[in-house]
Amino acid sequence: MLLIHCPHCREHREEEEFSYGGEAHIVRPLEPEALSDEEWGDYLFFRTNSRGIHHEMWYHAVGCRRYFNATRNTVTYEILETYKTGTQPTITGASA
Amino acid sequence: MKKYSAFSLLKNALSYHENWQKVWRSPTPKKEYDVIVVGGGGHGLATAYYLAKVHGITNIAVIEKGYLGGGNTARNTTIIRSNYLWDEAAQLYDLSLKLWEGLSQELNYNVMFSQRGVLNLGHNLQDMRDIERRVNANRLNGIDGEVVSPQRIKEIAPLINISRDSRYPILGASWQPRGGTARHDAVAWGYARGADALGVDLIQQTEVTGIRRKDGAVVGVETSNGFIGARKVACVTAGNSGVVAAMAGLRLPVESRPLQALVSEPVKPCLDTVVMSNAVHGYISQSDKGDLVIGAGVDSYNGYGQRGSFHVVEHTIQAICELFPAFSRVRMNRQWGGVVDTCPDACPIISKTSVQGLYFNCGWGTGGFKATPGSGYVFADTVANDRPHPLAAAFNLDRFNSGALIDEHGAAGVAH
Repeated sequence: MLLIHCPHCREHREEEEFSYGGEAHIVRPLEPEALSDEEWGDYLFFRTNSRGIHHEMWYHAVGCRRYFNATRNTVTYEILETYKTGTQPTITGASA
Repeated sequence: MKKYSAFSLLKNALSYHENWQKVWRSPTPKKEYDVIVVGGGGHGLATAYYLAKVHGITNIAVIEKGYLGGGNTARNTTIIRSNYLWDEAAQLYDLSLKLWEGLSQELNYNVMFSQRGVLNLGHNLQDMRDIERRVNANRLNGIDGEVVSPQRIKEIAPLINISRDSRYPILGASWQPRGGTARHDAVAWGYARGADALGVDLIQQTEVTGIRRKDGAVVGVETSNGFIGARKVACVTAGNSGVVAAMAGLRLPVESRPLQALVSEPVKPCLDTVVMSNAVHGYISQSDKGDLVIGAGVDSYNGYGQRGSFHVVEHTIQAICELFPAFSRVRMNRQWGGVVDTCPDACPIISKTSVQGLYFNCGWGTGGFKATPGSGYVFADTVANDRPHPLAAAFNLDRFNSGALIDEHGAAGVAH
């Protein structure tokens, strides 16, 4: 069970209150119709799937019902930081 | 390779079973191979076996970072079935099921394949509509299946609770009698023994750390024990496929997630079939040893840690206790997790890549064990001939750019 700090509620809450939103910082193309099939497929389906440091979205489904981002180690599952959508992570780096 | 038989058992009994031939060699790697298979799980070993057996390519190494069959092959719940919805998937999984039916004879190794039947339960009207559609689709593809009533389910699995008063009452099920279970380790060991006998080098405790390329083509792999040359590299690394792909500068449409399972203490025979439910989410069978083998759900987050969150296990146990109230008194013995490579359409990737001589067989997600023989068979053909096997063509990597996805979320046992 992960204990996740919601940056909006400013509290640690149990994982069951949240739902996972997938990889963070994927920007929706401004002009989808201008993309090739390769670019559109890459945007929709291809992911970094990092082993180690991973930036991901979480949704506080039964709390504030807002999205935020987390930096988590996908091997140890340690959550290194959580930060609001629209801001950048302070922890980045090579995969473990 | 010395053949196993009643006679060999008797002969070795005379020397107190101390002189059995080693099941496979522990060779020193050669400088170069025709094909290197990265990953010594069931699918990788099957690939090597069929490359040698069907295509006559014997200068092969299987490189495994841990021990043979020690990853997801050792961690799954051993369920085998082929009742998938779409033609492409149904044909691939049914090829596999047909290979399972003759596998013990083919390998001269008892994989303990038991066609005890698989029930997929429906708990609401939409479940039943989906089940009827899937069973009809299966029958059109020549795959056995029927829609069964709660009374018939009770005859097949007498301990099940078909009361209309339960929270999610059982309204019916699909029943595939040819489905069943097999002994997971034996599959890996049988293929390993067969491949070794045909000259394949099985190299354990050696981790691939890089894929060396020259002019857009593969020339070999970097390993923890030095460089090994290869004309072709076939990657069958399940949960770590994304990591291996990154070594060649590729990205895959897979995400690695923890999938958990657990077994109970051994109890007397009480369940001689496989029962699965997508709606309440649990699946269960009883092993020959007597323990109840229970599959839990996949965790929602990416993870390589081979463990998941407790509430996922708790949820599955709630479902199992609702389906089988008698099992509420059974104590659980062990629980574990594996890392599964989930694909957006719940179907595998069996494909060439943009790098010449580099092939991927991955994305089997939560249901790869059942496909072990078929996966190895079509992947070996794809690698040997440098073009997709007819049954693998639909599972190429390009489908995520062309949009020709094969949506098997309904037939996949675990939602993801």
